[in-house]
Amino acid sequence: MDGIFLQQLINGLTLGSVYGLIAIGYTMVYGIIGMINFAHGEVYMISAYLSAIALALLAFFGLESFPLLILGTLLFTVCVTGVYGWVIERIAYKPLRNSTRLAPLISAIGMSLILQNYVQISQGARQQGIPTLLDGSFRFAIGDGFVQLTYTKVFILVAAFAGMAALTYIIQRTRLGRMCRATQQDRKMASILGINTDRVISYVFVIGAAMAALAGVLITMNYGTFDFYAGFIIGIKAFTAAVLGGIGSLPGAMLGGIILGVAEAQFSGMVNTDYKDVFSFSLLVLILIFRPQGLLGRPQVAKV
Amino acid sequence: MSSSAIDIKKSLLDAVLAGLLALIVFGPIVGVVLSGYNFNLQFDRVGWLVGAVVIGRFCLSLFLQSPRGERMLYRFETAGSGVHVLPPDHKSRLLWIVPILIVLAVIFPFFASKYLLTVVILGLIYVLLGLGLNIVVGLAGLLDLGFVAFYAIGAYGLALGYQHLGLGFWSVLPLAALMAACAGMLLGFPVLRMHGDYLAIVTLGFGEIIRLVLNNWLSFTGGPNGMSVPSPTFLGLEFGRRAKDGGVPFHEFFGIAYNPNIKFLFIYVVLFLVVMLVLYIKHRLTRMPVGRAWEALREDEIACRSMGLNHVLVKLSAFMIGASTAGLAGVFFASYQGFVNPSSFTFFESALILAIVVLGGMGSTVGVVIAAFVLTVAPELLRSFADYRVLLFGVLMVLMMIWRPRGLIRISRSGFTPRKGVAP
Repeated sequence: MDGIFLQQLINGLTLGSVYGLIAIGYTMVYGIIGMINFAHGEVYMISAYLSAIALALLAFFGLESFPLLILGTLLFTVCVTGVYGWVIERIAYKPLRNSTRLAPLISAIGMSLILQNYVQISQGARQQGIPTLLDGSFRFAIGDGFVQLTYTKVFILVAAFAGMAALTYIIQRTRLGRMCRATQQDRKMASILGINTDRVISYVFVIGAAMAALAGVLITMNYGTFDFYAGFIIGIKAFTAAVLGGIGSLPGAMLGGIILGVAEAQFSGMVNTDYKDVFSFSLLVLILIFRPQGLLGRPQVAKV
Repeated sequence: MSSSAIDIKKSLLDAVLAGLLALIVFGPIVGVVLSGYNFNLQFDRVGWLVGAVVIGRFCLSLFLQSPRGERMLYRFETAGSGVHVLPPDHKSRLLWIVPILIVLAVIFPFFASKYLLTVVILGLIYVLLGLGLNIVVGLAGLLDLGFVAFYAIGAYGLALGYQHLGLGFWSVLPLAALMAACAGMLLGFPVLRMHGDYLAIVTLGFGEIIRLVLNNWLSFTGGPNGMSVPSPTFLGLEFGRRAKDGGVPFHEFFGIAYNPNIKFLFIYVVLFLVVMLVLYIKHRLTRMPVGRAWEALREDEIACRSMGLNHVLVKLSAFMIGASTAGLAGVFFASYQGFVNPSSFTFFESALILAIVVLGGMGSTVGVVIAAFVLTVAPELLRSFADYRVLLFGVLMVLMMIWRPRGLIRISRSGFTPRKGVAP
């Protein structure tokens, strides 16, 4: 039992840290404009394609060493996905700032359909993949079995936590982060104090997309395959993570991601793999019913 | 609105910037097509796309600087809201359309081929779904992204009811509406107390849960292979060439020649009657207190609650009525197809129904009926564009939200004349 438990704990931690990265995009956007960005899962999916494209291009130009390869891929994917985030916000959400309550949500669903179909048309519907970049693993004997910790998983954990640390630094210590926090607390007041809130909202979308891009590279490294439909399920899971941690709270998103990842991995290890998505969605419903403010969030008070 | 001169330099700059962004966005995904671990370059497609974006942005920029464009921009910023109120004694000039449509619908089956009949049945099923979702999204303002779950409950209700309980079309029809309403209540009761956006994601999750369970519970639902569904019967008479168990088939009983289309004809007639009934009910509901409460709650929840409306009950009623309509549609879909499997109940289906409601206008009945036919029949006619169907729906949803968030057809309602002798 211990072997399986530990193995699934490792799998869950890697998966969960990546969920956390994507959840950041949901939670920041929700915190700042109070809207669920349904297209965020699709942004992750696009970044998975971009990372594979970058890898193929870099390999074509004869780059072989792992550090250069992964650095180039990360740089390319994060930059281009960031532009995607900006463009999506500009086209689908910015014109709707003062519209009805449902309009941005429906527009986001439309955007998510557009992105899915756009990738399907331009890249084809079949599954794509990348070769294994990092071979080898640590093995620990436990009882009569063993636990395997691949180098890829170690890299994912390190990279995900580095990304979260960098984001925390940006939000807590820099001028941009201060503007983001001010806009989140009170958009009107922030704009009175001379913050260009429209621009801050754009930055938040770019940051969220960049985090999703990091997640896209890492998940693609781990699983090796993806298709144009991959963003849907991961998007809902990451949203669950954001809600679990308390939507609007950054540490909450990371914590929620890790808890969800571990819970899901344990469920599929102990109970059933077929129903692991059902488990995550049920968890989402249950959290929303019993603790809608999440673990670290504050309860919402409707102001008139 | 001060400068009336058109600044071409600004437009050019806009166009160049848009082109640059388009190059970054489209370049890798459209230009480098993955195949295996390798890739092919297709830069011509990128060129076309970027060219289109540059020219489009340039024209848009020029247009928005023209007086007409400025007026349009101004309209966007002060998005007109609410319902268009007509004068009290207003008589719609479109009233004569309803009888004409009914007459058309009655004589249509005499001329239709089987293919046309099936297309129209599908259109009517989506009208039913659109009407149901229109109550939930359009009138009550609750975004339900798992609407297809209730549709699935209706369809699988017929299949499972036949297999395990021996129920037929007629007994399942009311049962499915009830079951779907109960499922709506079970889901809605805890969820409807929450902030509106959460409802969207919870219903999305619920829709996926239902689909995944249908897909994975092999022993009960047949999994991905689906289940067969019995043909409907009319007063116990079957529509096949020969009836099972020594019964008398429909055509022999009435002494008419056997017609293989008769099953579809029958579904069409019943479906048409149900659609008319639902239309009538919806028409009445919007004029009843509960319908007014839905719309009031959509516009301002806090105001409604402080007026003493029980928001959970009001929302729940909308949710349940919408769900039961979807359940009805599911039964028709199952008997129309002859079998059901989970792939008919994906998120895309929910999105399609939502697109119908969005295009038709939130809360507008006529709009939804037209949109349902346009969005389901048009793809049948334009088979060559099938790959671009979803893209088109997405573009449609985004554009509609930017241009007319309340739909193409505005909801209008006649006002009341103030009675004499009563203080205004």
